[in-house]
Amino acid sequence: MIEFDAVSKSYPGGTTAVSDFSLEVPAHRTTVFVGSSGCGKTTLLRMVNRMVDPSAGSIRIDGRDISAGSPVQLRRSIGYVMQNAGLLPHFTVAENIATVPRLKGTSRGKARQRAVELMTTVGLDSSLADRYPHQLSGGQQQRVGVARALAPEPNILLMDEPFGAVDPIVRTELQQELLRLQRELGKTIIFVTHDIDEAFLLGDQVVILSEQAQKLQVGTPSRIIESPANDFVSSFIGADRGQRALSIKQTPTGTVLVDSQGRTQGRLVDAPDLDRA
Amino acid sequence: MNWILENLDLIGTLALEHLRQSLWAIAAGFLISLPLGWAAWRYRSLRGLVVTGTGLLYTIPSLALLMILPVVTGMSAISEANLIVSLTVYALAIMVRCVVDGLDSVDPQTRSAATAMGYGPGRRFAAVELPLAGPVILAGLRVTAVSTISLATVGILVGVTNLGYLFTNGLQRRIIPEVLAGVLAVALIALLIDLLLVLAGRWLMPWTTARPQRARRARNSAPEAVGTR
Repeated sequence: MIEFDAVSKSYPGGTTAVSDFSLEVPAHRTTVFVGSSGCGKTTLLRMVNRMVDPSAGSIRIDGRDISAGSPVQLRRSIGYVMQNAGLLPHFTVAENIATVPRLKGTSRGKARQRAVELMTTVGLDSSLADRYPHQLSGGQQQRVGVARALAPEPNILLMDEPFGAVDPIVRTELQQELLRLQRELGKTIIFVTHDIDEAFLLGDQVVILSEQAQKLQVGTPSRIIESPANDFVSSFIGADRGQRALSIKQTPTGTVLVDSQGRTQGRLVDAPDLDRA
Repeated sequence: MNWILENLDLIGTLALEHLRQSLWAIAAGFLISLPLGWAAWRYRSLRGLVVTGTGLLYTIPSLALLMILPVVTGMSAISEANLIVSLTVYALAIMVRCVVDGLDSVDPQTRSAATAMGYGPGRRFAAVELPLAGPVILAGLRVTAVSTISLATVGILVGVTNLGYLFTNGLQRRIIPEVLAGVLAVALIALLIDLLLVLAGRWLMPWTTARPQRARRARNSAPEAVGTR
């Protein structure tokens, strides 16, 4: 469990990125921070691995204040996936994935073996092991980024808009892969995005943020869609339009659901028993 | 032409002397420029001073430097060490700026990624920043090497023997082929060292020569790619 306890971050220039933010991030679940750019969501994420130190308040992982130990050791214990993958351009794919195990002193051979295993885990062909990042497509690079974050077997994964820079088809593919991985691995994930659909797809808990990381609403996707906290949330998630505002239409062949533009989106069937809310 | 063939021994001996003197200066310039360049890059307040300061060194006329240095260092003006130190000073003038530019050329996102992975500052410099600055530093080193090898000939004017001897001796005795032989030998040594630096760069920085299209071809039409290998 990760706890944000009255955390603030202001910079010498007088700008405040985060102001008095508190939250419990449950273990083995995906928590998504969603908000428009500049709302402080990335700052919150980077506080967890001390890439940013809070000006006030504290962050605890499993009850232990993270400011106590060395930031370098902390970072090696937390997986971090960033936008554009952030791979080291002079390392091959296998070397990139093996980075943290190598830093922790794993032998070259063992680290490589593990890297190749992880490539399979994230759906990469092991023949790519000796390529350099610039020889891969954006989607492949992002898979390497995920594999690298998983390599030291961290309990926590921080993901900073990891699928923001890839095309929509690849993004959908990567999102499904992440859901599959998370079902298998059950990591504590904090995922940052500005895409509300992505937040609802991936998040067990979604945190909607406005300026200075003010929490507008915290809850499961179903809960937020069913009862948005206020008009702003309602308009931010698009509750009154598109595929989130469905109405029932009777047709000769059965009942269907149509969106606000009158386009049929699906068929009304009996609810299957998998409501995770 | 006859003169060259008859004096190959002399040219060879002088060339080796020349090469040795130049290599010392190139190596010293390279090694000293790394910490200086790093400091100038790391500490903003030092940057202007160090980069401009070392850059200005290049404006000192070489003959004057060979005369002034002994006064400062107490070395004999006609010693080989005096020439090597002078050449090192000129090497620094080029290299320090290149090291700073090279470190500047490292993508801040990559640097931040390395930090987030858990690289401490020292290890990050050695394993990430320095290698990624490599191409720019190598470009500077190639210029330094060629310029040092050509500049070294000035040593003969204060009595340090190297290929420069062929110039002064040839001019005094009006043996034009001797002068030409000097020019040719200097150029050959410069080309040779340049080639070695390029090869060393490829060996040390394999990612700079890995071609990007290989990945694309293999992905789009895998059977074909297998067939061409």
